[in-house]
Formats: sequence, C-alpha cells, structure tokens
Amino acid sequence: MTDDAPLLEVRNLVKHFHVGGGLFGGSAGVVRAVDGVSFAIRRGETLGLVGESGCGKTTTGRCILQLERPTSGQIVFEGRDLTRLGEDELRPVRRKMQVIFQDPYSSLNPRMTVGQIIAEPIAVHGIVADRAQRARRVREILSHVGLLPQHAHRYPHQLSGGQRQRVGIARALAVEPSLIICDEPVSALDVSIQAQIINLLEDLQAQFGLTYLFIAHDLSVVRHISDRVAVMYLGKIVEITDRKSLYDAPLHPYTKALLSAVPIPDPALEAQRERVVLGGEVPSPLNPPPGCVFHPRCPVAIERCRAEVPELREIRPGHRAACILA
Amino acid sequence: MLHSAAVGTLLEVENLQTHFVTRSGVVRAVDDVSWDVDEGETVALVGESGCGKSVSALSIMRLVAGPAGRIVSGRIVFKGRDLLRLSEEAMRRVRGREIAMIFQEPMTSLNPVLTIGRQLTEGLEIHLGMAPVEARRRSVELLGMVGISDPERRLRQYPHQFSGGMRQRMMIAMSLACNPSLILADEPTTALDVTIQAQILELMRDLSRRFGVAMLIITHNLGVVARYADRVNVMYAGRIIERGTARELYAEPRHPYTLGLLRSVPRLDEPRRARLDPIEGQPPDLTRLGAGCAFAPRCTFRVERCVVEIPPLRPVGGRDHVSACWEADNLDRALARSAAAT
Repeated sequence: MTDDAPLLEVRNLVKHFHVGGGLFGGSAGVVRAVDGVSFAIRRGETLGLVGESGCGKTTTGRCILQLERPTSGQIVFEGRDLTRLGEDELRPVRRKMQVIFQDPYSSLNPRMTVGQIIAEPIAVHGIVADRAQRARRVREILSHVGLLPQHAHRYPHQLSGGQRQRVGIARALAVEPSLIICDEPVSALDVSIQAQIINLLEDLQAQFGLTYLFIAHDLSVVRHISDRVAVMYLGKIVEITDRKSLYDAPLHPYTKALLSAVPIPDPALEAQRERVVLGGEVPSPLNPPPGCVFHPRCPVAIERCRAEVPELREIRPGHRAACILA
Repeated sequence: MLHSAAVGTLLEVENLQTHFVTRSGVVRAVDDVSWDVDEGETVALVGESGCGKSVSALSIMRLVAGPAGRIVSGRIVFKGRDLLRLSEEAMRRVRGREIAMIFQEPMTSLNPVLTIGRQLTEGLEIHLGMAPVEARRRSVELLGMVGISDPERRLRQYPHQFSGGMRQRMMIAMSLACNPSLILADEPTTALDVTIQAQILELMRDLSRRFGVAMLIITHNLGVVARYADRVNVMYAGRIIERGTARELYAEPRHPYTLGLLRSVPRLDEPRRARLDPIEGQPPDLTRLGAGCAFAPRCTFRVERCVVEIPPLRPVGGRDHVSACWEADNLDRALARSAAAT
C-alpha cells in the first residue's frame, strides 16, 4: 500500500494554550504544548510517538484530528491542508481519520448498546442508509474485532476492559478510515489483554491497509508495533528514525535514558544492568528552559546546551536527532 | 508454616479469606491465601485487576470497606500478634506507626486543603507524641531523606503545588515518618512516568536497605519488580498460584499463568517477535467460578483434572518455589513440544 506521497504530513506544528488565572485576571502565561513538530507518515505505516506525560504527544494527535486548531503549522492529509478547511469541508475528512482512546470506560456512551455505538458513525457519515443493512454491517465489524453478534445488544458496563477496547476499535473501523490515531490504546488494560489488542491492531492493519499514529509511553510496546518512532520531549521531537536504528543505536541522551528506564522482567539481567536514572523532573511547558529543553536533566550537557537550541538534524541517513553532541 | 520462623518472619498471612457481598453474589476477593514477609525483605504481590492483591493489603490494615466487604477467616500475624484479634484502638496504633501504606495515586490520598507540613507533622504528633517544634524538625529531615530540595519552603506548600513524582516522594516520607517495620506499597509507580518510576523505585530500595524496612510491593507489572523484589507471589482470581524467589520465578516459571504473563509482553532485551503470544480469553467473573482451577478456561496446558479439582500450591524445584498447577512438572515438556511444532 506504500506509495510516494505520505498519507499525512505534519509541518512545523505549533499549539500554544493561554493559561488564565494571572493575579489580576490576565493571562498567566503560554503553555507551549507543541512547539514546532514536523513528521510524515506513509500509507500503511505505523509511526510510534513516545514521550512522558505533558510532552505534547496527545495534543499533536488532537491537532491532526482537528479537535484542536493549531496555533500555526500545517496538517497535510491526503494532499490537503486541514488547517485551511472549514467545519463543513472537514466533515468528510474526519471520516478518513479516526481515533482510539486510552480509556475504553470513559470513551463509550454508557446508555448506548454496542450495536448503537458502532452504527452511529455509519449513519452520521451516510455510509449505509438502510437500517437492516447497517445491522448486518455492525455484525461484520464485530467479527473483525473478535466480538460475537450477540455483543451488539450489550451495554459497555456488561463488557470487560479488553472487550470495551475492541468496541472502541470497531467504532473507529466502522467508517472505513485510512488513518487511525491510537492514543495509548493498551495502557489501561491488563497485561494479559494488552497482547490480544496489539495483535488485533496489527491484523486489522494488514487486512484493511490502515495507517497508524501510535501514541504511547511504553517503549517496549512501541518497538513491537512501529515501523518508525518519534520521541518527544517538552513539545519538541528530539529524535526520529526507523525502529531498528532507534532501539539499536539511539542518538539522543533522552532516548537513551528512556530506554534504560524500561524495566526488563529478568532479575539476573537487571542485576547487571547499568541504569541512567535521570535526575529531576520534566520542566513546566509554561516556562521551558532556554537552549536545549532537555539540558537541565541531561547527563552529558555542556555549556553550549544552555544557550543554543539544537536543530533536529540528520545525523545518519534517515536518522534525525536534536542534540549538538549527537 | 510457609517459612521457618528462625529467619525472622515479620508478617505471616495464614489462610486469609476476604469476601464481598454484591448483587450478583459473593465475591471471594481473597480466597484462602497464605504468604509471609521476612524482616527487611521486599516481597511482591503481582496480578491483574481484580485478582485480590489490593484487598490483601487492605485486609492487613483492616481497612476493607464494610458492610459489603469482610474478612471471613484466617490469621494475620505481625510481630507475633494476630492483627485480626486486636481492638480497633490497638489497630489504630499499628496503622501508620508500625505498618505504613503508599497508594498508587498520591493526589487522592493527600488532603488538598492541608499544607504538606501539616500532613507530615500530624502523624508525628499523634503517633509519636512529638511537640510541634520537634515534629517540624523531623519533617524537614524526612523531606530531605526522600530527595525533596528546599524542604523548609516545601513544607509550607499544598499538594497541588507538587508534581506527581514529588507527591509520591512525599507519600514515602509520610510512610517513613514513624519508622515502621513494614511498608505496603500498592502500585506505587503506576501513575508515574517511566523516568520518574525509576527514580521512585530506586529511592524505595535505598531507604528500605538503609532503615531495614520490609516492603510489600503490589503491582500488575512483572517487569517493575524484577529488579527490586526478593520473593514474588503471583495471584489469579483471589488465590496465589505461584511463589518463588524472584530469580527462580522469572527464570523458570512453573505456572501457565506466570508463563503466559512473561511471554505476552514485548521485551526490549529480546529480538522483536513477529507476533505477541497473548493469554487468550478474559479474567473470570469471581461470582461465577467453576469447580476447578480458575485459570483453566484460558490455559493451554489444561487437562481433565483441571476443570474439576482446584490444584493446591505444591513445591516445584528450588527453595520456597511453589505452584498451584497439576501440570507444573510437565510445562517444560509441553513447551518443547509446541516449540518443535512451530
């Protein structure tokens, strides 16, 4: 399914939020949630977007979906810049871009049956107008996600966490999208269920030629599912490359620290493992540090890092990192 | 009983049963469970949501919410005394002072309208009878111990002015305040970012070593405790299904559920697999458990006996390694067969 033009291209995306609550009712400051992010996703590809809470990964996803209007930058999807489209023009585009949320408990309407939840977007987008045909379509989609026809009559609270996430996936699939933004789709699930959902996402991708933006904080899961990976820190991409290069030869000190913090379920191995435990915490995006945003926590920072904003540059072919020392 | 008393058993839970009465029936959240913690030892209780691991900790503190929840039987022997026989008054002196607890979400366990300082000094004044000035001095010391800089200023702040990681440090400081001999930590790092998780776990280990505090770490993530636990108990549907030293349990899991958990997660230290091996099916509904092993419906090693008779914990291999599986001795052979088949 891969052709030359990317399915999605994010160009210099910026999203700032103004925070109220200043002492005299004015703006207390600007949160630079996303601060100049660029990447592209090819058709049929999975791009992993990793980072810690507050790094801007979810806001990036919401800007792509146009749930947030970007402060500046472009979101080019199937050749059109979505930031220039009005609400009416966006509606057909929204059908092609779907989202799967982290928490299947709060993202499904408790008063609707599973069948209604899946049928609603099909009706709204006018994909299948006939009611009986729609019911058939719902049953078909249920079987794609590993649920049974009788699940259509259940309510979300009658399902387990894993089954609810399958419903969330079914709802996204219902409108035949080309891009699905998966925002931490397995992190609220039990460990034994996570692998089921990941396998399902991979099967569906192969079957329907889907493209994924996979947002997550779990680096082991991201390695499993992604073709390429971008690492975000404080609103910026600090490293982006193919899966193998990122995990085998990371260039940015933050990526290295993240990788070394991932626990490995093997006490013998853990006992020998050297760990880079990062000091301090992620600074507030209200007041990001000057120079490289990572320098206050960076184990290898030098004087220049305090003053100079490192550019995301190609260090090896296809491997970009924002570190002057890389 | 499980462990020789000579090595200094601090806490011994014997045949504990904690039940909840719900509209759909009685849930045996903790169903005849026995385990123990030695002095200064770090023990893990691992399992998925609903397996009874948190209820186990609440039972020890006697904080199971009644009237729906009730400790039905068993003994919880702490330093030679059965906590279940103590008066409420005596139990209040055990909580916080001798056994402290750390929760997953520090924001909900801290009082938002009291300063950090007040929340720290309160325990010191009530449990240890310290004078306010002395309690203040000790609070400064405690914040320093858990790596919070500028403690004097921090004591005047409120929980919302702390980040998630700092709030968990503050919880650890509170738990250490009265020099307890046991800390129950219920998913202490689950709500935190990966890099902060590492900081908090390292801090807990250092403090446990420095002060000889024993720890019970409750988690759903086998990976998190590999580095920190001396012994690991794996729970499923209200029962312990495997226990062993961390090294043995990870190297040679002898229960299909433990094996399944270890195999279902992608690992950074191994080559990437084309497909993950999930445990199929769902965790069981605890009001509708069958006669046999609760894991049997999901188990690929199942034999006839599994659906009719609950397997007891039996010794397998090394010291203290026990597994509740009829097929525990045949897992290797079955695995070798399936590996040969693929």
